[in-house]
Amino acid sequence: MGEAKVGSRRVLTRDTFPELFRALVESGYEVVGPTVRDGAIVYDRLRSVEELPIGWTDRQEAGTYRLERRNDRALFGYNVGPFTWKKFLFPSRERLWTAVRKEGSFTVETEPTNGPPVAFFGLRACELAGLVVTDRVFAGGPVADPGYSGRRSRVFRIAVQCGQAGGTCFCVSMGTGPAVRGGADLVLTEILSPGPHRFLLEVGSEAGADVVDRLPGPSVAAGSEERARAEEIVEATANSMGRRMETHGIRELLRDNLEHPRWEIVAARCLSCTNCTMVCPTCFCSAQEEVPELDGEKVERWRRWDSCFNLAFTELHGASVRKSGLSRYRQWMTHKLGTWHDQFGTSGCVGCGRCITWCPVGIDLTEEVAAIRASPGAIAPKAGGKT
Amino acid sequence: MLAETDPGASGAPHPLAPVPYSVRAVATETPDTTTLVLEPVGSRRIGRPTPGQFVMLYAFGVGESPIGVAGGNSDGQLVHTVRNVGKVTNALSHLTPGDTVGVRGPYGHGWPIAEATGRDLVIVAGGLGLPPLRPVIYQLFAHRESYGRVEIIYGARTPKDLVYYDEVQSWRRRNDLRLQVTVDAAGRDWYGDVGVVTTRLPDARFDAGRTTAFVCGPEIMMRLTAQALVGRGVAPDGVWISMERNMKCAVGFCGHCQFGPSFVCRDGPVLRYDRVAPLLRLREV
Amino acid sequence: MTDETDPNVVEAVREHPFFHGFDPEFVHAICRQAVERHFAAEDLLAKEGSVAEVFYVVLEGKVALEIGAADNPHLTVQTVGPGEVLGWSWLVPPHRWRFDARALKPTRATALHAEVLRRTLAGHPAWGYQFLVRFMPVLAERLENTRIQLLDIHAR
Repeated sequence: MGEAKVGSRRVLTRDTFPELFRALVESGYEVVGPTVRDGAIVYDRLRSVEELPIGWTDRQEAGTYRLERRNDRALFGYNVGPFTWKKFLFPSRERLWTAVRKEGSFTVETEPTNGPPVAFFGLRACELAGLVVTDRVFAGGPVADPGYSGRRSRVFRIAVQCGQAGGTCFCVSMGTGPAVRGGADLVLTEILSPGPHRFLLEVGSEAGADVVDRLPGPSVAAGSEERARAEEIVEATANSMGRRMETHGIRELLRDNLEHPRWEIVAARCLSCTNCTMVCPTCFCSAQEEVPELDGEKVERWRRWDSCFNLAFTELHGASVRKSGLSRYRQWMTHKLGTWHDQFGTSGCVGCGRCITWCPVGIDLTEEVAAIRASPGAIAPKAGGKT
Repeated sequence: MLAETDPGASGAPHPLAPVPYSVRAVATETPDTTTLVLEPVGSRRIGRPTPGQFVMLYAFGVGESPIGVAGGNSDGQLVHTVRNVGKVTNALSHLTPGDTVGVRGPYGHGWPIAEATGRDLVIVAGGLGLPPLRPVIYQLFAHRESYGRVEIIYGARTPKDLVYYDEVQSWRRRNDLRLQVTVDAAGRDWYGDVGVVTTRLPDARFDAGRTTAFVCGPEIMMRLTAQALVGRGVAPDGVWISMERNMKCAVGFCGHCQFGPSFVCRDGPVLRYDRVAPLLRLREV
Repeated sequence: MTDETDPNVVEAVREHPFFHGFDPEFVHAICRQAVERHFAAEDLLAKEGSVAEVFYVVLEGKVALEIGAADNPHLTVQTVGPGEVLGWSWLVPPHRWRFDARALKPTRATALHAEVLRRTLAGHPAWGYQFLVRFMPVLAERLENTRIQLLDIHAR
């Protein structure tokens, strides 16, 4: 015990891989990770390695997502699905506090922020980057969100380097993947060939070392062969991105093109369905609602996900500021790729491609950026949008 | 960046939980505008607001609304003027002394009074833009010698829409400032000026080269007033406006109040005109 | 028409901000038959529908422009004070006032003679153009202010 260190590497065979899961459970973690449900790979509570999407892959294109059988028994042979880890840190619905009438006044009881430690099993590099982004939003400013911060402080991160790129992936453009560069407690690379099905396991933190020390049997240091193979795998993934986006000067590009005719073209397709914001690992907008009990003595305050595509999102004195679909799409994209830098010192986009895949009409933000970049400075005749 | 321990266990108040305050007094300003004087119920109270900051006022069982701070004192008293324009403000407008409301805040960046030291000050309020400027005016009275000429222009829809009427009349009696009150339309019982606030600027006396301006009112009024001030030679970085947007959390993570790169709740509500002028010209930002 | 001009009137008009920079000869020409008028509070300077025989150059006081509205027979939509001018009905056919102008307090104004003005402007196109270039911004500003009032920005 106590021999694993940050930076140490081991090899797990497919047969010994469940030991990692067991070590997490023994360490007290509730394990959540990818599993197949309703024709998609979602993130949920896992009871064993067998619940992973073994032998499945996902085929993704703009507006398309299909699960398909692989011709092997890979555990991580797919990319990202409609769910993000965000929901475990920033739930789609969350009670903030409860107020009770008392002696002519009222008292406010806030929700406890304690809970069990949770292991995120199978984070992709883009998703680790997404965590860094939401950390800045909810815990990096002058005021930290207690719910998010509490849950986040108990998260153990097991990352997986992608062995393939999805059709809508562009993490290379965003500088977030596919290689995991820090931010994880443990990093896995699945090696399917040549040789036996096995995993390179790298230790990224003290907490990760503690888990590795619980693995049974003699420690087997990774050979140069596995390390070289892992690098090849990541390299191949990086070279097969489904999408790419030129990010140079993108903040200024968008800031200076708020009246570009392209917004009208994309707005004509956008349904304002909010899908892109719901599947995005970094979209953080929320609304609050008051849930009173019938007797009027007690009331609960709930927070729920909201979207800048909703008409009521900007309601002010009975009228919405952003009435047109154009203004709402423009807000989403310029925020995600542009003003996010002003606000949080980072892009809001990690290149996961979910917004492209899950857009019912296949709007592709990489294409939108390219279109604006192709004719910067153009002005729409009806600049600002129709109302 | 992240707390290693459970932040909830630290005893720090939840940033989204309101603190109960008692309604001490209620005054009807206009048919749809009410001024509330609030006092802390127990030992818990919010920090003392600086002029131009706002709070979230909570009506039990109804919800929250961002409301500017119109006054207060060192005993924790808060003064707010609320216009009845929605569900929450309707509930707030119907409070009576002894009722309890929730308060959290104060939030945002207020008027940069310190930067105006030694300069002429032009204060332009439109309608309910006056309450958030009232603390500035009293700070100004308390340190009158620190400023050059002071010009206050206050505009409203009609004479009956003017808030703090008697108080404003008392300012008129001071000889160390100029006050112009104008309305958009009036009947024969009004002997003052009629016309939008910008029509009063040509009469305002200030040295544009050393003037700071604080402007608060409907967005279009602020935009046109800022343009007129700049037209008179005031530097765009000497003009400050107070933006208003939909707001849920007031602490920068609900996303609603974004105005370009700014979170109005956190970076505003008071913003420097030259920084927002390009966005003010666009629609639906 | 006589060539009578009151030197005091000429002086007052020349000093008025609206006429700053104009050719003294032009000012002198348009001041023919002009008189200075004094109004007590409540006095009418102009009555809606009546012939607009003058163009007022306000020197002192305050004048309300009133329109009769359904819910208010005397709705003031604008006030005009020193340094400003009042009226364009004298220039626009059929040369009848489109509103009431009522003094809100003791008011002093030079009343330029409409017929003299029209003839002078028409007879000397360079002056006429110069005058319109000065007059248009006043109209434009009032139009813009009227538009803002129309928005009723405080109503929301």
